[in-house]
Amino acid sequence: MKVLPLSELPTGQWGRVVSLKARGMARCRLLDLGLVPDTPVQAVRRSPLGDPTAYRIRGALIALRREEAGQVLVTPFMILPAR
Amino acid sequence: MPLATELRERFNIHPDPGAAVIALAGNPNTGKSTIFNALTGLKQHTGNWPGKTVLQAQGTFHFGGKKYILVDLPGTYSLLANSAEEMIARDFLCFARPDATVVVTDATCLERNLNLALQVMEITGRVIVCVNFIDEARRKNIFIDVDCLARELGVPVVVTAARSGLGLTELKTGIDALVRGQIVTSPRRLIYDPDIEEAVARLEEKIPGEIKEWINARWLALRIIDHDRSTLDNIRQYFEVPEWGVLRERYKYCPT
Repeated sequence: MKVLPLSELPTGQWGRVVSLKARGMARCRLLDLGLVPDTPVQAVRRSPLGDPTAYRIRGALIALRREEAGQVLVTPFMILPAR
Repeated sequence: MPLATELRERFNIHPDPGAAVIALAGNPNTGKSTIFNALTGLKQHTGNWPGKTVLQAQGTFHFGGKKYILVDLPGTYSLLANSAEEMIARDFLCFARPDATVVVTDATCLERNLNLALQVMEITGRVIVCVNFIDEARRKNIFIDVDCLARELGVPVVVTAARSGLGLTELKTGIDALVRGQIVTSPRRLIYDPDIEEAVARLEEKIPGEIKEWINARWLALRIIDHDRSTLDNIRQYFEVPEWGVLRERYKYCPT
């Protein structure tokens, strides 16, 4: 299983949260945003300067900075197009 | 111990013996302000939360011959006080002790909104959950099983589409019934791991009785375990409890 930081997830790709590296308040905040293990998350678009990036998390679009997204480890997965 | 009205005055709520205070909580962008405007109309005024550069809006409405003061809390994802907004929302629920709290949620992404609802329900049981944007959810083929949600949460659930005014009467009826005690809630309680539950039980016993009268002891015990220093400091800002300092010192080194 390939595991990478959420900040490295290519635009358009989906990943599933494996774990959070953050501790304390930063961890709490990521959990509050809905990033608990097994949550699917998609990198939707990057801002012109490359930071922050908008992610789809549980139906909402949320911008995370590189430092924050880097604290989330995900494993990429494919969504097959509906037929 | 201070009086309820004194504590509420610290949050700029003017004492009004006949009126009930209703807090409006919710994640950002859930249409909270639309609901606030729809309920209060032009009877509102804005200012700042005391000591903070965060906008406070409060307004009034009448229903069933009773006056209601509606307080719009800042939109937050959580009450764990990572920001000034979260601290305001949490302190208001804890110390101003509204007669009822409406948690506004977004029907199109309900799941992510329930985190806040559960956190509010840990502080106060007098909660009514409002599932807003129900029109938009229907367009996206999302159907909400309201009865099931109400059963699972143990509090009343009302669906609204605030922009078109749908469900607002039901919301007011719900608030009214809750404040008058016609609805008794049984908020779902989160059960933590056995070691945490054991520590909570031991801590709850040690919390002074005067504080227990004011704040949900279980919630407070959980914050002590969290090592949530801002809550503990804020308590001293609102109440003067002699043993509290001792308690705080003793649990200062609680493992996080």
